[in-house]
Amino acid sequence: MTPTEARPAIAVNGLRKSFGNHAVLDGIDFAVPAGAVFALLGPNGAGKTTTIQILSTLIAADSGDVRVAGHSLIREPELVRAAIGVTGQFSAVDNLLTGEENLMLMADLRHLGKREGRQRTAELLERFELVEAAKKRLSTYSGGMRRRLDLAMTLVGDPRIIFLDEPTAGLDPRSRRTMWRIVRDLVADGVTIFLTTQYLEEADKLADRIAVLDGGRLVAEGTPSELKRMIPGGHIVLRFADTANLERATSAFGGGVRDEDGLSLLVPSEGGIESLRVVLDRLDAESIEVHGLSVHTPDLDDVFLAITGPRTEEQEVL
Amino acid sequence: MVAPRYALRDSGTMLGRQLRHMLRYPSLTMLLVGMPVVFLLLFVYVFGETLGAGLGGVPGGRAEYLAYVIPGMLAVTVVACSGSAPAILVAMDMTEGIAARFRTMSISRFAVLAGHVLASLIQTMIAIGVVLGVALLIGYRPAADFAQWMAAIALIALVAFAITWLSVALGLVSDSVETASNLPMILMLLPLLGSGFVPAQSLPVGLRWFAENQPFTAIIETLRALLAGTSVGQTGLISVAWCVVIALAGYMWARKLYEREPVAK
Repeated sequence: MTPTEARPAIAVNGLRKSFGNHAVLDGIDFAVPAGAVFALLGPNGAGKTTTIQILSTLIAADSGDVRVAGHSLIREPELVRAAIGVTGQFSAVDNLLTGEENLMLMADLRHLGKREGRQRTAELLERFELVEAAKKRLSTYSGGMRRRLDLAMTLVGDPRIIFLDEPTAGLDPRSRRTMWRIVRDLVADGVTIFLTTQYLEEADKLADRIAVLDGGRLVAEGTPSELKRMIPGGHIVLRFADTANLERATSAFGGGVRDEDGLSLLVPSEGGIESLRVVLDRLDAESIEVHGLSVHTPDLDDVFLAITGPRTEEQEVL
Repeated sequence: MVAPRYALRDSGTMLGRQLRHMLRYPSLTMLLVGMPVVFLLLFVYVFGETLGAGLGGVPGGRAEYLAYVIPGMLAVTVVACSGSAPAILVAMDMTEGIAARFRTMSISRFAVLAGHVLASLIQTMIAIGVVLGVALLIGYRPAADFAQWMAAIALIALVAFAITWLSVALGLVSDSVETASNLPMILMLLPLLGSGFVPAQSLPVGLRWFAENQPFTAIIETLRALLAGTSVGQTGLISVAWCVVIALAGYMWARKLYEREPVAK
């Protein structure tokens, strides 16, 4: 192992950034090991894009020590820029050029030789399924094609650290899967990936480590399974034919969230078979008639409610 | 800092990109070249007879006005091309995601703007060539020798270079493409408020003072002397000094604006 691989690809300490009086990042710390996929999870406005903009040298932090590829963001921004690739949320492509010309432009700006540039361009067109569209203007490209070209442009210089800001936002399920496959291929090549997402599923599928950003602070950080253990999340919704059954169920479960109009009761649950059995057994024992039942697994809402929201007694987990 | 040898290569790459844009978006170039030609024909054939009579020369009339108006027309062409196109193109570029991509890459920051400036310079010189060609076709016969021609073309290129940097800065300071296309309109007035179309002496007092001291009068008078094959005198130096000042100011302003943080979305 060389020293470069031993130190973290990205190290962030006490990062702060405000726009006017609004503190977007209020002192965050994390480290991304080389070769790992790190997902920053959070709702709109949590500061995810700001974090990427700072780490990719686009905007300056107010304070904090940040090292990317071992280089200080403040003292050696050019060395950081030479080591990274960035694909932002808004497509960073040249609309008046063709796909091939866009890639060749990147090859020139990465100072590759003409032959090497052409070779790399052909390779990336192939890999990102853009060969047929290579000589067409971008106005004819679909959203998914643009996103793929955008990422291909980022990869021209073979960066070892890649930032992806919501790489699958607005993509259809097939394009989303293609994007996931591309990210996995990159990881297999030993590239470090820092991505932001609003989707827990995406972070779960791709990331080695997940950090949850909310209100400018990291409210949780860990591996996907560590995080899931922290989040009780899911619930079971029981629906009843009348208020009498609803009343009895409410007392049987010692609370729960009631919806009087819908005659339903929301019982917190981990979502597993075992917790479902506990609920059914108790309904059986009390002879309560259930009209309908549905199981909800944890989603991002649950994550935020659990980590950031105030916990009430009613939400006691079974 | 990016190594200087890369700054040169990156500028070349960016120039290539801008020239491609010009080919893909030919309507802008056509408009920029076409407008001064229409102006030239308008001033010579519609206003020329009357304005020529007002010059006070012996024969007067259209032919004399054609010779008189060419330097002013060349100045208008420079301002129309170098003043407006870079502002619009830079503003368009900055609203696109690709500007952010360039900022996160290890490329010379100077190169992005230099590409715009060099491409605009080429565009302006094409327009100047077309305007001069049309002028010769309709009977313009300047007395300049080869050296004077070269000096005139060099001065035009220098003016274009200076105005382009100013225009790049205007493009960067604009928050939208619309603003960027309106701001340089102020520059368009300058060659008109001088000795380009009528002698400065014919203007009312306050305006005359402005006309006699603004950069375009010196530039137009220098071009007029060079093309007429007469001696240039002090106005040549004054013109070059104005260009250097405008170019430096425009460059430094543009550089400062470009290095400022992009506004967070």
